Amino acid sequence: MNVLTLSRWQFAITTIYHFFFVPLTLGLSILVAIMESKYVSTGDEMYKKMAKFWGRLFLINFAMGVVTGIVQEFQFGMNWSEYSRFMGDIFGVPLAIEALLAFYLESTMLGVWTFGWNKLSKKTHALTIWLVAIGSNLSALWILIANSFMQEPVGYKLENGRVLLTNFKAVFSNPNVWVQFPHVLTAGITTAGFFVLAFSAYHLLKGTKDVEFFRRSFKWGAVYGLIGVILVIIIGHIQGQHLTRTQPTKMAAAEALWETEDPASFSLFAIIDTKAQKNPVDIKIPGFLSFLVYNKFNGEVKGIKDLQKEYEAKYGPGNYIPPVKTCYWSFRLMVGFGLLMLLIAIIAIPYAKRDPSEIPRWFLKLSVWSVFFPYLANTFGWMLTEFGRNPWIVYGLLKIKDAVSPNLAPGTVLFSLLMFAIVYGLLMIADVYLLVRYGLKQGPEGAVSEGY
Amino acid sequence: MVFQTIWFILVTVLFIGFFFLEGFDYGVGILLPFLGKKDEERRAIINAIGPFWDGNEVWLITAGGALFASFPQVYATLFSGFYLALFLILLGLIVRGVSFEFRSKLESSSWRNFWDWMNFLGSFLAALLWGVAVGNLIRGVPIDEKMYYHGGLLGLISVFTLIAGITFVLLFAYHGANFLSLKLDGEMAERAKATARKLWIWVVIFAVIFILWSLFGTPYFTKGAVPGLSFLAAALAAISLLISGFRAMQGRSGCAFFWSALTIVFATVMVFAGLYPRIMISTLNPAWSLTISNASASQYTLKTMTIVAVILVPIVLLYQIWTYRVFKDRISTKSEMEY
Repeated sequence: MNVLTLSRWQFAITTIYHFFFVPLTLGLSILVAIMESKYVSTGDEMYKKMAKFWGRLFLINFAMGVVTGIVQEFQFGMNWSEYSRFMGDIFGVPLAIEALLAFYLESTMLGVWTFGWNKLSKKTHALTIWLVAIGSNLSALWILIANSFMQEPVGYKLENGRVLLTNFKAVFSNPNVWVQFPHVLTAGITTAGFFVLAFSAYHLLKGTKDVEFFRRSFKWGAVYGLIGVILVIIIGHIQGQHLTRTQPTKMAAAEALWETEDPASFSLFAIIDTKAQKNPVDIKIPGFLSFLVYNKFNGEVKGIKDLQKEYEAKYGPGNYIPPVKTCYWSFRLMVGFGLLMLLIAIIAIPYAKRDPSEIPRWFLKLSVWSVFFPYLANTFGWMLTEFGRNPWIVYGLLKIKDAVSPNLAPGTVLFSLLMFAIVYGLLMIADVYLLVRYGLKQGPEGAVSEGY
Repeated sequence: MVFQTIWFILVTVLFIGFFFLEGFDYGVGILLPFLGKKDEERRAIINAIGPFWDGNEVWLITAGGALFASFPQVYATLFSGFYLALFLILLGLIVRGVSFEFRSKLESSSWRNFWDWMNFLGSFLAALLWGVAVGNLIRGVPIDEKMYYHGGLLGLISVFTLIAGITFVLLFAYHGANFLSLKLDGEMAERAKATARKLWIWVVIFAVIFILWSLFGTPYFTKGAVPGLSFLAAALAAISLLISGFRAMQGRSGCAFFWSALTIVFATVMVFAGLYPRIMISTLNPAWSLTISNASASQYTLKTMTIVAVILVPIVLLYQIWTYRVFKDRISTKSEMEY
């Protein structure tokens, strides 16, 4: 394998792994902040217990997010030096602002929150977790501003083979940011909602002496998850419409739409033959793709073959088709898990109001397993986003193959890739073990502590 | 050139913050398995930096981000060139970072012992390799006319760069011992003071070799625009280290910590002032060096980032200082550590 392939594997593995921890941080920081605020305003100790119990799981998760995040920052320079040279003028700016505005805030305040239960007034202490939540979500905003430039370059000029920043405001108000960031934010809320729902359901299923604690948590998880999943679907729909305009190759690949159609039909299940560029089996809903794109049952959606011709005319010879099967199935699995979560949250709401003994056991079991659904949906969503940009690393401006560091030896990258895989694998075992131990085997009584 | 110089100074400031703050965190990690005999003692040591280490580490992330934004060519050459060294630093930071959160989560003493040694290993590796990296910046590295580094990992290792690495480890360990003397209570504080006193002489020996070799034994380092400033900073670093040592002998740990902090500040200034206006020196041809003019971002980007930094850095400093005030009390083995 060459340095390009190895670097792509390394970036894919470390990024997907990093994003196992990010969405829960985004959503759970807000939820714990709400719990603690509720404690401050009502004086009800139950809410303090909730903030501490879920806060401890938050901390275990947060540590993993931090250490895997530094790897992401360093890799741009280590493996993708040509990308860094080409993009530094623009990409470094949101990255530096992310650190200055968000990382300092969340990391510093989380230290204060963890150790400050008896050192600060109740209100100040609750304020620190709100600042953590704001910091975390601001960091998502700024890294997505950076990523959005790669999806939809704006506010730049090309000079001596590099992109130079010409309009900071345009980079900030990139239309792609304002569909992508809300989508990630609400995905985080969904993740946190289902995390709390699933862990609470486990305790209710196994029997616990803290019935009231987990009944209330179950309700909070269900409500939070429902709000998140409704919003993530609505915003995802708007984002899809946006991407059809700005990255037509991504959306055509996501639909395995080889020929331009008007009205365009939506494929439910297809067997895709990428060599012959057709789908031997394709179950379709007529006109529904046009509806998704234009909110009406007709309207042209461009197919892969036409786009390939168009792009060759514009950018010169080359293959401009993203991996169709990967995009097609990532998209369907993301949407599928999203809809499944919507269904579960809708069923959970009426149960959450009743006594836990009245909730059917099959539903509690399903709720426990639902903890995996947001993680799967998040991962497939990013796979569509990043695979769908192929062959570009910066859409229309720089190809992935031209971005890799030219002076690395394959053996070096193979070594780092294997080491990352081993260390990340072992850490995942330790992380899951601790989450099980502190989230499932133990109730809230052990959580009233602080320090290391 | 004005904005390039401003950003050269700002990057220097960020590295000063990083080495000063993470310096004592790494030092505490390096000393942890040796200073802490019993579990409660190790907990007290870790809790001394518990509220701060993560916020301190952000200085590194910000320094990296600022380097990316202001001197993207340096970021690209440095990070791809020092690939394996940075990879090992990353591994070190990963195991060290999770060790804080994981170590006390299980009662098992072998589990805790394992993570304490991971904390040690991560801190030691990071300190050593940052020293090696800085040594290479001083010595210069083989960079061709297209700004590519040729040399691999072994190219980074030499007697001089290893001395730089060991100097970092010793200086950070000494700085960490001073910090623990300030933050711990009773017998633990005495032990930390004794450690600082023992380490000090070794810091002096290696620091003197490192400084003299940097200033007089490397071919390109002091050929920049402001070598005088580098010599001045080196002298101030040496004086600070001497005062710090005398204060440590007197048992004045607050003063000792203040002066070991200043040692790190002046040593960092020595490095960056010696380099200016170059950032990475090419040993193949000095004309191929990466400088603040041929490696920088555009004027517009630098201007934008200057505004951002001027607004945000003081705010960050204010709330980080606030956290040190919140947790100003000394920590004993009897402090609350229910984890």
